[in-house]
Amino acid sequence: MIAEDSPRAVQVADLSVDLGGRLVLRGIDLRIRQGEVVAVLGTNGSGKSTLIKTVVGLLPAARGEVRLFGTPVPRFREWRRVGYVPQRITAAGGVPATVYEVVSSGLLSKRRMFRPLGAAGKQSIEEALEVVDMADRRKDAVAELSGGQQQRVLIARALVSDPDLLVLDEPTAGVDLASQQIFADAIRERVARGTTVVMVSHDLGPMDALIDRTVVMRRGRIVYDGPPHSSQTHAHVHHSHTSEEDPGWMTP
Amino acid sequence: MTMFQLEFMQRALIAGLLTGLSAPAIGTYLVQRRLSLMGDGIGHIAITGVALGLLTGWAPVLTAVLVSIAGATAIELVRARGKATGDVALALMFYGGIAGGVLLIGLAGQGAATLNTYLFGSLTTVSQSDLYVVVGLAVTVLVVAIGLGPQLFAVCQDEEFARTTGLRVQLLNLVIAVMAAVTVTVAMRTVGLLLVSALMVVPVATAQQITRSFRSTFVTACLIGVAACLAGIVTSYNANVAPGATIVVLALAGFVVAATVGTLLRRRSGRARPLADEEPEIGVPAPEPHVVSPGHPHAHAPECGHKKVEHGDHVDYVHDGHLHAAHGDHWDEH
Repeated sequence: MIAEDSPRAVQVADLSVDLGGRLVLRGIDLRIRQGEVVAVLGTNGSGKSTLIKTVVGLLPAARGEVRLFGTPVPRFREWRRVGYVPQRITAAGGVPATVYEVVSSGLLSKRRMFRPLGAAGKQSIEEALEVVDMADRRKDAVAELSGGQQQRVLIARALVSDPDLLVLDEPTAGVDLASQQIFADAIRERVARGTTVVMVSHDLGPMDALIDRTVVMRRGRIVYDGPPHSSQTHAHVHHSHTSEEDPGWMTP
Repeated sequence: MTMFQLEFMQRALIAGLLTGLSAPAIGTYLVQRRLSLMGDGIGHIAITGVALGLLTGWAPVLTAVLVSIAGATAIELVRARGKATGDVALALMFYGGIAGGVLLIGLAGQGAATLNTYLFGSLTTVSQSDLYVVVGLAVTVLVVAIGLGPQLFAVCQDEEFARTTGLRVQLLNLVIAVMAAVTVTVAMRTVGLLLVSALMVVPVATAQQITRSFRSTFVTACLIGVAACLAGIVTSYNANVAPGATIVVLALAGFVVAATVGTLLRRRSGRARPLADEEPEIGVPAPEPHVVSPGHPHAHAPECGHKKVEHGDHVDYVHDGHLHAAHGDHWDEH
């Protein structure tokens, strides 16, 4: 179990976030200790992705603040301690790029400008590719990979800087089961080394067993914060059996 | 006397070599960021810069650099603010650039012939002082494009991720915009302002047909750019036409060849290496239609007392005279 006094990786205090004039987060308070594995759950539009993006400094706080390892995000400089996996459909840009090239951009938080990549950097790229089982695809263009493989490349990019805090936005959405398993193994290995993990998810799948704590969001507020229970892993919605005239619905 | 002994041709070829290198170098980043037409916009704005130079008597290369850097910065800031009208703002700037240029040239009393040398390039007009400026600017662009390669790659590939690595994304975006502006000015004398964007985009598009990595696309695009520029200048001398047009036509011809070769290569490697088998993606609905019980609070279990019926690979439960079967997180009517 995680000790009560272990230092905080993420500290969110009275956070409100405004997106185009609409309050998407309203007064969020959240403390995540180092070594915790937290899943942020909620329906579409509940604000969970907004929360994650504000934590890594991609969105500004309208009120309140976010601290990473004790430092307010606008002043935070130790970005090498943070690995971020954005939610996305494709890892490809307008020009072809190889798996190796995309993963190597994860090392930029450690690199100085106008300096070539050192031997240590190359070594960590190889290790990150091994962890997600993509080492044999390193010279392939990311655009030619499947969705699950692309997602694995993005995980490798986040892992390559050996972060203390891993922030994942919908890491398993649209990912094949084989990739999800590889993915869960990679996260498990990080967790064993004491990495803090915060992930947004609809459906935890193979990640399920790793979670220490779930935070459920609804309409920009936290409505549950505590140990995970089984009903959350499948995003259940229970209806009563009373509306007898409802004939049930057909799925194609 | 061959054309290579003519001084103006030597200057034109040096300018062409540097243009061929720097335009695709910065163009690779623009294409990766899906801003292929940015060069075009800056080219239009630079017309005002050239006209300002002709009007004031300053070197047009200098005024063009300053005005296009200002324009590129403005475009980048509008883009970064993410305004819904950013697209329209860019269009306004493009039209303003070309209209301002024509207006100022008219005021300067110089005719269409002078403007034409800037719009479509001209071999004879690269002066010695022009050449020094062009060499200086092109070398700067190449040093930045190669030296900051990893950082610029990350910003163009995934801006959000780049920000979480602590990179100063806004600054790097401005660097790209300013480099694009400088490149436009470098290319002004050889390809001309209206076609400079083609030299930023076409070699990159050509290289992509046969490459897989960013680095090889970058290098191949630069080689194609140099080849098109040098061949275009030589052809332009022999045929006595504007170099811009010949360079771009040659570059496009290269694209057609590369696209054909690339398609054939991919078809061959596609046959040699079939797609790897993968597990089906989860979340795909089952192919056969099924009726979902409209909300069912009771979870059936072997010990719940409802009668059990073996049904293929699963067990159905008899409930109020009909069958319930477990399916994911809900119950189906069977």
